[in-house]
Amino acid sequence: MMNLSRSVALISLFLLPLLTFSFSVDNPTDRRVLVLLDDLSLKSSHSIFFSTLKSRGFDLDFKLAEDSKLALQRYGQYLYDGLIIFAPSTERFGGSLDSKSIAEFVDSGRDLILSADTSASDLIRGIALECGVDFDEDSSAMVIDHSSFDGDHTLIAADDLVKSHAILGKTKIEAPVLFRGVAHSLNPTNNLVLKVLSASPSAYSANPSSKLSSPPQLTGSAISLVSVMQARNNARVVISGSLQLFSDRLLRSSVQKAGSPNKYEKSGNEQFVTELSKWVFHERGHLKAGSLVHHRVGETDEPAIYRIKDDLEFSVEILEWSGKSWEPYVADDMQVQFYMMSPYVLKTLSTDKKGLFHTSFKVPDVYGVFQFKVEYEKLGYTTLSLSKQIPVRPYRHNEYERFIPTAYPYYGACFTTMAGFFVFSFVYLYHK
Amino acid sequence: MGGKQDPTANGSPKSESMGAKKASPDLLNSSFSFKSLKLKTKQQELLLRVSILGLVYVLAFIARLFSVLRYESMIHEFDPYFNYRTTLYLTEKGFYEFWNWFDSESWYPLGRIIGGTLYPGLMVTAALIYWTLRFLRFFVHIREVCVLTAPFFASNTTIVAYFFGKEIWDTGAGLVAAALIAICPGYISRSVAGSYDNEAVAIFALLLTFYLFVKAVKTGSLSWALGSAFGYFYMVSAWGGYVFIINLVPLYVLVLLITGRYSMRLYVAYNCMYILGMLLAMQIRFVGFQHVQSGEHMGAMGVFLLMQVFYFLDWVKYQLNDTKLFQTFLRITVTSAILVGGIALGVGTASGYISPWTGRFYSLLDPTYAKDHIPIIASVSEHQPTAWSSFMFDYHILLFLFPAGLYFCFKRLSDATIFIVMYGLTSLYFAGVMVRLILVATPAVCLISAIAVSATVKNLTSLLRTKQKVPQTGSTKGVGSSKSSSKVTLDQSQPFQKNGAIALLVGVFYLLSRYAIHCTWVTSEAYSSPSIVLAARGAHGNRIIFDDYREAYYWLRQNTPTDAKVMSWWDYGYQITAMGNRTVIVDNNTWNNTHIATVGRAMSSYEDEAYDIMRSLDVNYVLVVFGGVTGYSSDDINKFLWMVRIGGGVYPVIKEPDYLVNGEFRVDKGASPKMLNCLMYKLCYYRFGELVTEYGKPTGYDRARGVEIGNKDIKLEHLEEAYTTSNWIVRIYRVKPPTNRL
Repeated sequence: MMNLSRSVALISLFLLPLLTFSFSVDNPTDRRVLVLLDDLSLKSSHSIFFSTLKSRGFDLDFKLAEDSKLALQRYGQYLYDGLIIFAPSTERFGGSLDSKSIAEFVDSGRDLILSADTSASDLIRGIALECGVDFDEDSSAMVIDHSSFDGDHTLIAADDLVKSHAILGKTKIEAPVLFRGVAHSLNPTNNLVLKVLSASPSAYSANPSSKLSSPPQLTGSAISLVSVMQARNNARVVISGSLQLFSDRLLRSSVQKAGSPNKYEKSGNEQFVTELSKWVFHERGHLKAGSLVHHRVGETDEPAIYRIKDDLEFSVEILEWSGKSWEPYVADDMQVQFYMMSPYVLKTLSTDKKGLFHTSFKVPDVYGVFQFKVEYEKLGYTTLSLSKQIPVRPYRHNEYERFIPTAYPYYGACFTTMAGFFVFSFVYLYHK
Repeated sequence: MGGKQDPTANGSPKSESMGAKKASPDLLNSSFSFKSLKLKTKQQELLLRVSILGLVYVLAFIARLFSVLRYESMIHEFDPYFNYRTTLYLTEKGFYEFWNWFDSESWYPLGRIIGGTLYPGLMVTAALIYWTLRFLRFFVHIREVCVLTAPFFASNTTIVAYFFGKEIWDTGAGLVAAALIAICPGYISRSVAGSYDNEAVAIFALLLTFYLFVKAVKTGSLSWALGSAFGYFYMVSAWGGYVFIINLVPLYVLVLLITGRYSMRLYVAYNCMYILGMLLAMQIRFVGFQHVQSGEHMGAMGVFLLMQVFYFLDWVKYQLNDTKLFQTFLRITVTSAILVGGIALGVGTASGYISPWTGRFYSLLDPTYAKDHIPIIASVSEHQPTAWSSFMFDYHILLFLFPAGLYFCFKRLSDATIFIVMYGLTSLYFAGVMVRLILVATPAVCLISAIAVSATVKNLTSLLRTKQKVPQTGSTKGVGSSKSSSKVTLDQSQPFQKNGAIALLVGVFYLLSRYAIHCTWVTSEAYSSPSIVLAARGAHGNRIIFDDYREAYYWLRQNTPTDAKVMSWWDYGYQITAMGNRTVIVDNNTWNNTHIATVGRAMSSYEDEAYDIMRSLDVNYVLVVFGGVTGYSSDDINKFLWMVRIGGGVYPVIKEPDYLVNGEFRVDKGASPKMLNCLMYKLCYYRFGELVTEYGKPTGYDRARGVEIGNKDIKLEHLEEAYTTSNWIVRIYRVKPPTNRL
C-alpha cells in the first residue's frame, strides 16, 4: 500500500510539474491538525498558541504520543492535514506511527511542526534528521549565550530572524524571541532547509551544569534555534529546538536583552509563533500557477512546433493564497527561460497586476526541443517549477528567399552565358 | 545451384553442336526443317540465356527469404528500423513533409532534421514500389515492401551484372557473373529480406553506374554517359558510398590518360557524367555542395580539369606542326596547370572553403587512424579490419578465382577490363580495411571470377570439341579469337589433353557446386538472423527464441508517458524510436560526438554523478542490454569499454585505466572498484547476485563472460527498476525525481 501510494505520488509528481501539492488545490490551508503531546498538561501550558490556531479555524485533535490508537491514515486516506509534535521525550509513538510514516506524511505534501527540547529522544532527532536538521548529539547540551540572554544564560533572547515577509509576516517582530532549548545545525548539502531564528555569534552549545572540557562542537551563528524546511512538493516543516518557545510563559514574559537598554513588555514569541504557524499551514506564501500559455504573435492557438526566428508571446497566470481566497500575485522578478540544455532566452516577465505575467520574444536561430521554463524560488514562497516542451524546427524548403539580391551578379552570369551560348551556336552552325 | 548453369552459357559453338545433334534425326524428314531448326538455334540460345537469367533472377530473390521463413516478416538490426520509420512517415505524410521533417524524438534535446541528414533514395524507392502496388490494387502493408526491397534489388543487380559481364568479356561471363553474384554471401549478408538498409539498393545503383559508364567509354555516346550520370544520382541519393564512385571513376580516367588511352569517347563520357552527375547530386540535401567543397570530391574535379588540358593540348598539337615547339608548349602548360591547381587547392583548404577529409575517409586510407583518433568509428564492429576468415567465408572459391580472372583481364586488356581490374583491386583493398566494404568489392570479385570461370570452361570445352570433330574446327575457326589460341595448343596434341580437359571441367563444376552449397549454408546459418530476435539451441536441440528486445520496446510503448525520454547506448536508439515510439538521447546516426560522449560519461560514472547528467538531459528511463543470463555476448557490458573511451575522448575525467585491472577488463571480484560501482555495472547486475543462472554455479554467474560477478549487493539510490524482460536481455530503469526533502 505504501509502495503504491508512493509510486502514485511519484508518477503524479512526474506528470504534474505544477507542484501545488496540497490537500485540495483550491484551498491549500490546512484544516485538520493532529497535536501529539507527551504530557497532556502541555495543552494548558501552551494554550495561547493552540487557541490562536483554533481561532484561525483549525480543528485540533490532541492525542498523547503514546496513545495506542494513533494513526495518520485510515483506508489509505490521511486523516489530518497537519501534524504538531510537542513530545520531545517520547521514545516510541503509539499505534502505527513511527518516523518513517511521519516522513511519508510530509512527502505526501502535508505539514509538520516539530519541537525538540533538551534531552530530546532519538525518535525526535531521527524525524528532524529526515528533514535535514541535526540536533546536538550531546543530549544534555543546551544553547548558552553570555551576551544575548535574558536573566539566565540559557534563556536566549534571539533577534536574528530571517528577513522574509512570507515566512514572518509584514509587521516586523520588534522584541527579541525567547528561547531555551537545544541547538541544531543544518545539513549543508540540503538547500531546502533554512534558519528562521539563528543564535548570535557568541552562542555555543554545551551542558550548562558541567564544566566545559573540550571546545563545543556547535558555536556561533552555525547554531540554528528554529528552522523551516520547504520540501520539493511544498510541504512545510518547522523544527524548533525549544518547546518552551511556544509556551504561555515565554509568550507572556517581558524581555530585556542583557546589556540592552530596551525593555519590551512582551517578548516577540507570540508574534513569532503565530506568524510561523501561518506560514507552515499555508496561510501565506502559497502560490498557484496556471498553465503556461504561448502562441505566435497575432495568433491565439498554441502551435505544435515553432520555427526558428518566430515571434511568440508567452504568459502565465500566478495567484497567491491569502488564507481565504486566491489573489493575484504581483512581483517583478518572475522570469521565463527558453531552454535547451542552457537558457537561450531569459526574460523577466511583466505583470498586469491581475496575476497574469507575460512577455514576448523571438525564437532563437537554433532548432531543437526547447522548454519554456519558469523556475521561481523565492524565500518563503512555494517553489514554482513549471516547464513545457516545444520543438523548434528550421525553415522549410520553401520558406527561404527565392532570390537573394546579393546573388544578382550570379544570376546575371548564368543568363548571359546561356544567351551567349545560344548566339555562339547559331553563328557557328550557320556562319559559313 | 547457380554454378551448374554455367556450362550451358558457353556461346554459340556449343549450342550449334547441340543443335546439330538434335537436328540429325530431323535430317531424315526434310532439309527445310533442318534449316528452320538451324535458325532456331540462335533463338534457342537466346531462350536459354533468358531462361537462365530468369532463373538466376528468381534464385537471387528466394535465396534471401530464409529469414522470413525462419522468423517472420520483420525489419532487421538497427539502421533498418530508422529507414522503416522514415519510410512509414513518407508514405503517410507525403514527400514534402518527409523532406522537411524535423524529428524531435531523436537526439533529445537537439533534434534531427531528418530530411537533410539522410540519403532518401531507399525510402523513396520503397515508397514508389508501395504506391505502385497500391495503384495496381495490391493492398500490401508498407512493412512487407520494406522487407522485400533488398531481395528485389539483389535480383535486379544480377541483371546488371549480366550486362556488365557481357560488356567486359562476353555473354558467357555475364551469365556466370549473374549467377555468382546472385548467391555470393558477401552480398547476401546485406540484402536478405528484412535488411532494409541503404546498401540494399546502393549496390544495384553502384553496379549500374559503373556499367553505364563503361558502356559510355566504350561507345563514346552521350546518352550512355547521361544514363551513367542518372545512375550516379540514384547512388548518391541512396548511400554515402557514392564517394567510392566519384573517386574510382576519375582514378580510372587518370590511368587511361597515363597509359595513353585517351580518346574522344573518354572525354565525352567523363565530362558528361561528371558535370551532370555533380549537378544532380547537389539536389540531395545531405550532399549539397560537397562536390565542390569537400576534399573527397576534389580528385574528380582535378581530373575534369586535366581532361580539358588534354583536349586543349590535342588541339594545339593539331595546330602546331613543329614537335619541338609543341614540347616546350606542353611543358609550360602542364607546369602552369599543375601550379594553378595546386594553388587553388591550397588556398581553398587554407580558407576553409574546401573542407578537409572526413575521419571516415582517413580511416579508409589509413586503417589505424580511427583507432587512435575517432573511437566512435572504431567502436562499430562493421568498421573493423577484415579477418582472413571472413574473406573466405564471404567469397569462398571466388577468392582464388579472382587472381585467375585478373590474369585473363590482363591478357585481353581493353578500356572495360582496365576498369573492372581497377574496381576489383581498389575495392578489395577497402574490403581489407573495413568489414562492411566487402560488400562493395563483391560485384567486382564476382565479375572477375566470372571471367575466369567462363574463359576456363570455354577453353576446355572447345578443346574437347575440337578433338572430337577435327574437321569442324576449321569451320568455327573464325568465330572468336580465343579459339585460335586453343587450336594452336591443340595442334601440338598432347596425349592426355582430352582427359585432362575433362578432369579440369569436372573440377570446375565441383568447385562451383561447392560454392553453391557453401553460399546456401552461409545464408541460412549466418546471415538470415534478424538480430532483434535471437535464437539459440536448447539442451535437447530445440530452438529457443529470445524476443526480449521487442518485449522491452513494446513495454516502453505501452507503459511510459508519451514524452518520456529514454537514455541508452546509441546502438538501440533507432529501435527505441521506431518500436517504442519514445524520445531518445542518442541514436545510430552518430553525428554529435559530444552528445554520445555525455551518455558514455553517464554510463561510466558513479550513480550520483550520473544522476546529475541524466537530470540535465531530462532522462526519465534508462535502458541497458544485458546478456549475463542468456549468454548473449554483444551486450552493454562488452561494449562498455567503448563507452568509456568515447566518454573519455570528450570528458577527460573518464579514464580508461580506472576500469581496467592490469590492462584487463573484468567484472568479477578482481575488477577495479570504479568498474564495480559505475552506473552501467549497477544497472546490468542489479539483483543479478540473487540469481542462479547455471546449474552447479554460484549465484550471480555471468554466462556471457563466464565469471561470477564481483558486486552482488547493488543498491540503487536514484533509479529504480521499471522492467526487466523475461530473459533479462533488456533492463529498463526509471529515474526517480529528486528526493522530496533532501
